[in-house]
Amino acid sequence: MPTFWLVVFLFALAAFGYIAGRARALHSAGGNARDLHSLPAYYGYNVSLTALVPALLVLAIWLLAQPLLVETQVSRMIPTDAIPENSTLGLVMSDVRRVAEGLDIAVEQNALTETEAGSIRTEFTDLRGRLGELGVALGSDVRPEVLKAAQRYRVINSTGHLLMTLVVGALALGGLAFSYLRTNKDFRARNVVERGVLALLVLAASLAILTTIGIVLSMFFETINFFKLHSWTDFFFGGTWAPNFRGDSELSILPLLWGTLYISFIALLVAVPVGLFAAVYLSEYAGSHVRAIAKPLLEILAGIPTIVYGLFALLTVGPALVSIFGRGSEGLLGVEWMAGATSVLTAGLVMGIMLIPFVSSLSDDIINAVPQAMRDGSLGLGATKSETVKQVVLPAALPGIVGAVLLAASRAIGETMIVVMGAGAIAKFSLNPLESMTTITTRIVSQLTGDTDFASPETLVAFALGITLFVLTLGLNILALYIVRKYREQYE
Amino acid sequence: MTDISQNGSTPRKHGETLLKLTARTKRRNAAERRFQAYGIGAIAIGLLMLVILVFNIVGNGMGAFTQTFVTLDVTLDAKKLDKKGNRDLDDIKKVSTFGYAPLIQKAFEAKVGALGLDSGLKAKDMAGLLSKGAPAQLRDYVLAHPETIGETVTFRFLANSRVDGYMKGRVTRDSIENDKNITAAQLDFTDQLVQAGVIEKTFNPAFIFGSDASDQRPEAAGIGVSMVGSLFMMFVVLALALPIGVAASIYLEEFAPKTWWTDVIEVNISNLAAVPSIVFGILGLAVFINYMHLPMSAPLVGGLVLTLMTLPTIIISTRAALKAVPPSIRDAALGVGASKMQSVFHHVLPLAAPGILTGTIIGLAQALGETAPLLLIGMVGFIASNAPDSVASGLLAPNSAMPAQIYEWAKRADPAFYERAWGGIIILLVFLVTMNTLAVILRRRFERRW
Repeated sequence: MPTFWLVVFLFALAAFGYIAGRARALHSAGGNARDLHSLPAYYGYNVSLTALVPALLVLAIWLLAQPLLVETQVSRMIPTDAIPENSTLGLVMSDVRRVAEGLDIAVEQNALTETEAGSIRTEFTDLRGRLGELGVALGSDVRPEVLKAAQRYRVINSTGHLLMTLVVGALALGGLAFSYLRTNKDFRARNVVERGVLALLVLAASLAILTTIGIVLSMFFETINFFKLHSWTDFFFGGTWAPNFRGDSELSILPLLWGTLYISFIALLVAVPVGLFAAVYLSEYAGSHVRAIAKPLLEILAGIPTIVYGLFALLTVGPALVSIFGRGSEGLLGVEWMAGATSVLTAGLVMGIMLIPFVSSLSDDIINAVPQAMRDGSLGLGATKSETVKQVVLPAALPGIVGAVLLAASRAIGETMIVVMGAGAIAKFSLNPLESMTTITTRIVSQLTGDTDFASPETLVAFALGITLFVLTLGLNILALYIVRKYREQYE
Repeated sequence: MTDISQNGSTPRKHGETLLKLTARTKRRNAAERRFQAYGIGAIAIGLLMLVILVFNIVGNGMGAFTQTFVTLDVTLDAKKLDKKGNRDLDDIKKVSTFGYAPLIQKAFEAKVGALGLDSGLKAKDMAGLLSKGAPAQLRDYVLAHPETIGETVTFRFLANSRVDGYMKGRVTRDSIENDKNITAAQLDFTDQLVQAGVIEKTFNPAFIFGSDASDQRPEAAGIGVSMVGSLFMMFVVLALALPIGVAASIYLEEFAPKTWWTDVIEVNISNLAAVPSIVFGILGLAVFINYMHLPMSAPLVGGLVLTLMTLPTIIISTRAALKAVPPSIRDAALGVGASKMQSVFHHVLPLAAPGILTGTIIGLAQALGETAPLLLIGMVGFIASNAPDSVASGLLAPNSAMPAQIYEWAKRADPAFYERAWGGIIILLVFLVTMNTLAVILRRRFERRW
């Protein structure tokens, strides 16, 4: 992997630059560090940072930009009439990439020479067969224009790569030479280095923004593509979720949203009372010893990965519920209400267990923030402890607790593994908690795993679902944080 | 508290002693006790769930660490394996695994004869006790040691998952009524062999270090290769998230002026921390795979996605650690002539290091257990059979990760894989517990209160 070695080269150069810069500075001061403007190490840092940072930045930008440029260049080569019916440019381009990869592998394994790979024609060779021998399976025979585009793709890509190596290498060496020559005892190395480091710090902090932009953009464009293929009214207001491959899928978010909210509701029904009572007991009644043991033990529940809860739902809670509510006369209740282990109740209960520590530790913080004077006043008037909690502490903490519950709800809506394994795959509106239902996150996983075709609405709908989920959880979070913050200000 | 006095208020009559409880006081005290009981009950429910979970995991998963083996002496018949007799490796390779199956059947017959057992089973059914991978195991051995052809060698074969389940109590004669893979007669034969000491259940290191196997052979599946995949991902996360997270926190905590831009960044980070993990998976799929064409299922991509996911966690804990360093340290450094940058990097950062490390370890533990984004970038659905042989292939070759592997096993139809899934969870939890303990120890040992 040449890019990997390029990076290694850059770092080696930077290490060399440090030693060289430091030595040159000391030499210019006649070996007396006190004559230097900055500490000797700064001269070294200056040289190595000038060599490394611009080159690395250019490398990163290049790696991001090159695919886009190559794609537009190559896709221009494919005439519109070469795109077969019920296919799209995107599909043809992925064929092109596969062929190009196949040629790469063929060259790597010496089955073809570089020139052969560049000049091979479908008219004379059975390319699909030859690549198949090398373990590159192609879906269909290679059409001439696809092969030509693939060859062009390889050429552009390799020149791009070469160019990138040259530019980055030249930039690194140039930076090294420039800063090395600038190094002498009067050069203000520390100031330069500190400005550079500050710029790097700003860059790192901005990455968070970049991630958010990335999230929004990556889903936004595909969502727009989806709405070009599928009507948005059906997505937001339709009543059925029934993807199929005949092209007349009904893809409505409403049944999924219903499943999501129903499961989250059951989860909160479990987590909120248990979590809240636990928090009240821990903060108002428990002695320091009980608190020191019980609180961390409860928080272990929050640290367990969700895959564990998923397995717990699928293999333990689900079958246990079936043995109570199902199996007809063999079951515990002798009823036949539950057919399979996956159900709203299964997923909801397990998710509730997962959220207990989440609710309890958030509420604990909030209850602790209620000023002691309010408790003392209530107790002084003769109220019992529980009356104080019920009528003074909880009303005072209510906004914060609402915030905590909203945060828990947002967590429940975005939770994936528990519902993937415990909730089932049937999208419907039903009030029966013993039936299996499906959620937004489950459908995202099922639409995006396996063989996906990024030109079909059945795959693209996952992005629309994703952006809805993102907006939903973001909205809940902002609301919750706003309420919590508002509440904190009240008592500070 | 007007409603208290309104609720059946019965004021004390004149001269009534305070030492005697009135009905109302009794009721209030009862309510008090009830309320406390609810609290204790809530905590008890939480802890009970924890206990049930742990017992479930340990009870279901410990079985994966032992495995049933059958010891047989196989005669590597030269007539069958090397017909030309010239010990040419290419000729030996021509014999497929089908050619090795009769050798195992013969070995079984010989063993039964030597022990004087009578099972009433055909040789083929006797060999059915073994894993479907047994002939392949034999073939690999012969290809590696062609000089042993013609000799009799002792082998330990994996038993079939049904036999293994029978030894562990998962499979009973009732449960196999409709099972085509094994018959009651074979189980009787198993009992005989157990008594003769041919079949035994021992510790199975292959589960911890081995690779996944096809869904026909649950007995051979191991988590080792996906553990390597997870390790590479954690390496990527550590290499990217720690420096970027620390740099971002230093800027926000020490240098950032109070402007709207800083506010935007701060709100952003706290919101990113609450974005569902699956959304990061969609981001990874769209950006790293569809746009940049990085390979599917590569630990590098998984690592990048998990980096973006853990970054907010690390930033938040790092900022807390930086905030905990008292301003006097900074003032003292500035006072003796250090620049702002020097005061941060030479004094504040080293003092905050334990807190930063603790936060990083907890972030890594969170990333290690995360599954949902890995499903979207394709780290499920195939069999990661070989451990990567170099750093580059470790990062770029398709691999699985521990939680993804567990999910994969949980999806498979054969219940024998469930035991593997629980066993995988034990290993995953051992890692998480170790990491969290390390974080707690670091905090206890190095945390300073100012």
